[in-house]
Amino acid sequence: MENQFEMKEGCLTIHMPRELDHHVAGQLRQEADFMIEAYHVRKLVFDFAGTEFMDSSGIGVIIGRSRNIGYFGGEAVAQNLSGRMKKIFMVSGLYKLIREE
Amino acid sequence: MQNKNEMTLTFDARSVNEGFARMAVAAFVAELDPTLDEISDVKTAVSEAVTNVIIHAYDNPAEKVELTCCITGKDVEIVVSDTGKGIPDIPRAMEPFYTTKPELERSGMGFAFMEAFMDEIRVSSEVGKGTKVWMRKVIGTQEG
Repeated sequence: MENQFEMKEGCLTIHMPRELDHHVAGQLRQEADFMIEAYHVRKLVFDFAGTEFMDSSGIGVIIGRSRNIGYFGGEAVAQNLSGRMKKIFMVSGLYKLIREE
Repeated sequence: MQNKNEMTLTFDARSVNEGFARMAVAAFVAELDPTLDEISDVKTAVSEAVTNVIIHAYDNPAEKVELTCCITGKDVEIVVSDTGKGIPDIPRAMEPFYTTKPELERSGMGFAFMEAFMDEIRVSSEVGKGTKVWMRKVIGTQEG
């Protein structure tokens, strides 16, 4: 699966995959970390507009990237959360880590 | 007489099968006319259970995961089992945020998600013999 990244004025937007599970988590993590380190990312946006499924493997990816961007002095936000994604965020406590924009 | 239907799948412990397993269960329980939310709950729980087997139970991906889904009326029972390493301390493994694989960035939320999205869950395990996760959810209790 190809992951889509958009870089604009220090803001990296990651268009999250349709199904985010353990199977796709590894590659997404690697690509995202490469982008965060290679560019001067000050803000990280997880765009869930196209995401229909996410399990706890996806939570791991989001927590890890949010922490990494924090080390670089930046912040992470989530966008376009469907009702289902809001539920996943709620149950996992992700709202304590990143805000919805 | 109550509607009854059962299926069993056996597949390799490869991550590509996580999607297959949850889609198969979703298709199987579709006859109960579940809401989108109920279907997503079941898919998430199945994905968690199968992912646990793939990450923790085996080193060899050619080993097998067994998944059984049994429908009785509106009641859905799912069993995910393996013949792998087993869990030495089940209560510990079920604690939120506890993970034996932090280097893989596991969130430690797998069992918490299964508990949150299903009505009931039971785990039995024997070190060196394998693990069985039994989950149950009644379809048709949610609004919408």
